[in-house]
Amino acid sequence: MEVIYTGIRQTPQMIVEAAIQEDVDAILMSILSGAHMAIFPKVMELLKAGGVDDVLVMAGGILPDEDVPAIEKMGIKGNFGPGTSLNTIIAFVRVNINPDRLAHELTPLAQSAEETAEGAAQ
Amino acid sequence: MPQMDIVARLLAGDRRALARVVTLIENGALETRAILARLHAHGGHAHIVGFTGSPGAGKSTLVMQLARELRRREQRIAILAVDPSSPFTGGAILGDRIRMQELAGDPNVFIRSMASRGSLGGLAASTRDVVRALDAAGFDTIIIETVGAGQAEVEIVRAAQSVVVVTVPGMGDEIQAIKAGILEIADVFVVNKADRPGADQTAAELRMLLSLDEHRKERAWRVPIVRTNAMTGEGVPELADKLAAHLVMLKDTGMLASRSGQQARSEMLALLHQALVEKIEATIGVDEWDRLVADVVDRSRDPYTTADELAHRVGLGRTGPAED
Repeated sequence: MEVIYTGIRQTPQMIVEAAIQEDVDAILMSILSGAHMAIFPKVMELLKAGGVDDVLVMAGGILPDEDVPAIEKMGIKGNFGPGTSLNTIIAFVRVNINPDRLAHELTPLAQSAEETAEGAAQ
Repeated sequence: MPQMDIVARLLAGDRRALARVVTLIENGALETRAILARLHAHGGHAHIVGFTGSPGAGKSTLVMQLARELRRREQRIAILAVDPSSPFTGGAILGDRIRMQELAGDPNVFIRSMASRGSLGGLAASTRDVVRALDAAGFDTIIIETVGAGQAEVEIVRAAQSVVVVTVPGMGDEIQAIKAGILEIADVFVVNKADRPGADQTAAELRMLLSLDEHRKERAWRVPIVRTNAMTGEGVPELADKLAAHLVMLKDTGMLASRSGQQARSEMLALLHQALVEKIEATIGVDEWDRLVADVVDRSRDPYTTADELAHRVGLGRTGPAED
């Protein structure tokens, strides 16, 4: 997995801009401020406007139980609370990622050929 | 996204299409070749600048400041930031965007992170092709920021037209510069964090080392040493000026054209090499290849005769001089 860490205090615009430029397979939002009901709809709206419809969107942090149904309805999954193990989150990503987005693997022979070719072509 | 549509959309300025093409290139997808073939004609306009130097020298922050300065000069900028992949897990944490927050929200800036994915030399194997896509997309300057492990970043010379080496006072980088061959690849030296003690001394030592390099004396370019403070932006306009001057020099002396020629040659050779390997794989399969390799290792076969036989089997001539 390649994780692009954007830093804290990201606006919905910054999140969606990064998601588009980096062509990510999943967006994981960590939110502790309690502003999720204001921010999440904005993120989903901007993703939709940007034509991004095949990306897994997840959230975690301080998310009150009574808000989770509404958040899930927006299309945001996971919604993990504090203390959730890293393995749980990773497994969730693997299971829920859109399979159409998964990487194309090179065959072993072609892979070692690339390494040789780089050296040969110098 | 249909394939031809994606090229048209990239050329029309669609950032999602550009981002998707970069992903396809990174992953070595089959459709990439056709896409890159079409994009080639649209490139050749961007100034490609490489940034290398030790970790902690402030490369990311400096790149961010340079991008801001170039925006003031009304350029469109693409930034390709490479970070290392773990040799154990193959994963990566790509954190260069953290330093680029001031550039957020500007549609004329495109920032893409890349993991090195096992490639040595500070860049990802697919970097040159990604640069081709960014060039075709119409950016005026493409900045490539390398891993900066402090080793000889020879890779960056093949990908960039102008190479910036970033050093910091007091890190003993002058000695690193001689060891790693960094001296020969730099077109511009930057002493960042120039507010720190020792900045003058570092600049003086670099100047002395540069004067020892015999090759330099014949070249049309005297490597400038620019002092910057990436936090405040001081020295960055001068850096932008020096880079612009370097590009003019490359064009005026014909070096840009000859470098492009070398690049074209090496790219076509690499593609031909790849085609040959694919042909062999299709003809004999991975299992037989592995058996042949094992035979060569245990000396029941030799590599010359084996390669010869394979060349025949895929329809090529002999690999060495004909036997009588």
